[in-house]
Amino acid sequence: MKLIGKAVKYGDDINTDYIIPGKYMVLTDPVELAKHAMEGIDPSFIEKSKDSIIVAGKNFGCGSSREQAPISLKYSGTKAIVAKSFARIFYRNAINIGLPVLECEGLWDIVKDGDQLMLDLESGEIKNLTNNKSTQAQPLPDFILELIEIGGLLNKLRRMKV
Amino acid sequence: MANIIEKILSRAAGKKEVIPGEIIEANIDCAMVNEITGHLTIKYFYELGAKEVWNRDRIVMVLDHTIPAASIEAAELHKIMREFAREQKIKYFYDVGRGGISHQIMIEKGHVKPGDVVVGADSHTCTYGAIGAFSTGIGSTEMTAVFMTGRLWFKVPKVMEIKVNGNFRKFVTPKDLFLKIAKILGVSGANYRGLEFKGPTIENMSIAGRMTICNMAIEVGAKAGIVGVDGKTLDYLKDRINEPFFIAKSDQDAEYERSLELYVDDLPPLVSCPDAVDNVKPVSEVEGVELDQVFIGSCTNGRMEDLRLAAEILKGNKVNERTRLLIIPASQEVFLDALREGLIETFLLSGAIVANPTCGACYGAHLGVLASGEVCLSTTNRNFIGRMGSTKSKVYLASPATAAASAIKGRITDPTTFRSD
Repeated sequence: MKLIGKAVKYGDDINTDYIIPGKYMVLTDPVELAKHAMEGIDPSFIEKSKDSIIVAGKNFGCGSSREQAPISLKYSGTKAIVAKSFARIFYRNAINIGLPVLECEGLWDIVKDGDQLMLDLESGEIKNLTNNKSTQAQPLPDFILELIEIGGLLNKLRRMKV
Repeated sequence: MANIIEKILSRAAGKKEVIPGEIIEANIDCAMVNEITGHLTIKYFYELGAKEVWNRDRIVMVLDHTIPAASIEAAELHKIMREFAREQKIKYFYDVGRGGISHQIMIEKGHVKPGDVVVGADSHTCTYGAIGAFSTGIGSTEMTAVFMTGRLWFKVPKVMEIKVNGNFRKFVTPKDLFLKIAKILGVSGANYRGLEFKGPTIENMSIAGRMTICNMAIEVGAKAGIVGVDGKTLDYLKDRINEPFFIAKSDQDAEYERSLELYVDDLPPLVSCPDAVDNVKPVSEVEGVELDQVFIGSCTNGRMEDLRLAAEILKGNKVNERTRLLIIPASQEVFLDALREGLIETFLLSGAIVANPTCGACYGAHLGVLASGEVCLSTTNRNFIGRMGSTKSKVYLASPATAAASAIKGRITDPTTFRSD
């Protein structure tokens, strides 16, 4: 499974209040949530979110367990997130809703905002198509890859159901 | 040679032993949702065509994030929760005025037992480690799986032990201890890890204090914080739980990824400065920062001992005219106890506003939302940009003692050297 998108870069410790501020927790429509994605730290994100790949530093998604955080990113058009590391609840939530997340130490330094990136989710290879540099993310374990390929945990539960 | 988390998880997975890194499927003893995460779980539950929850006695549903409803949107979320609880005959549904902040009532009402594996669709679910349970926050979709099956996969975490020695000085609290730990570990220093708190200071600490430090384990990225069961735990639970439970304790030679040893005798009151929980300094270094608002409450510091400490300092004093003081007891039970003890009267006479139990103020949803340029000192757990309101407001985190002294002075004040004018 290969993905191509435009890099949008952030630093370390991007927390869930930055991704979707608490005051929007009353919204139930994912499309409405997406209009406020990253508003807590970067109100211009939604102008560049379509077909984006977020490239971030350490501990992306720390804070709350609100699944609205990865949901808002997914519906804003974000195709994947590559971070040096993720906070654990966000990591599980993203995978469960079918938003690919890759851990990669080396990408941040070889990417500028707006670069075209290509991710190979199976192998973990990441190519910067703008400057022809490439790096290797930690490949996803098979059971996580499977969840992402079928579109998340709900689809898995749907298939398991008798 | 197993630690407490490994023992609890191996029991829940039906295995003799588990090792860190191993993926297990565990039986869930209790699952908790609130209205801002639960409405998604309910939506997915119906989308999947599920008919009945796995166990209506083991699901706890709580309205706490915005209560009473502050908008039509919030009221709609309450309605979704209420109707689901009725339809599924959920035994423990805490409506407005019946419970309070979920993490407080999960322990107070005896829904969590030592040795349990508990999940909650809220990151501060890690609070219940205070009574020797393994508890952790999950998302709404995973909670749908739990509602349907009563099971969930976990990666057995590596565990760090934190040994704490010594006695706190007057007006230095478990909150200050945790802020010290946050300073040492950093906001991702325990990512994916379990934190076990032990040592003489922890043995002397009340359940309320243990709840404060376990509650904040997530703020250094931890999956769970935990304290082994002892006499204090059993005393606390005596009138709250009447079922048998599993008392897990780490073996003497249990293995840990890392050990940290701390001494609190000389620990000063600490404050976490904007905009990160690990940006911790002694209160004395930031004394004098002017405050527009002080907030005492939340799942971190809204219990009786927190309110008593605040009242001890506030009694006979007035909140500074440039500052407003908001106090929110963590539950209806705490509110009633505080009323009976006369604490509420002390607060009102000091010029504080006392509001009903809710999470609203802590996450900037309602009650005490901050305007641009405002500065708040709060006993809560997060000070991210915009956490309590405007992205141009600032939040300092501290103990209830520091909060009370600071409210009287109208600026950040060290409670250990505080004198009323």
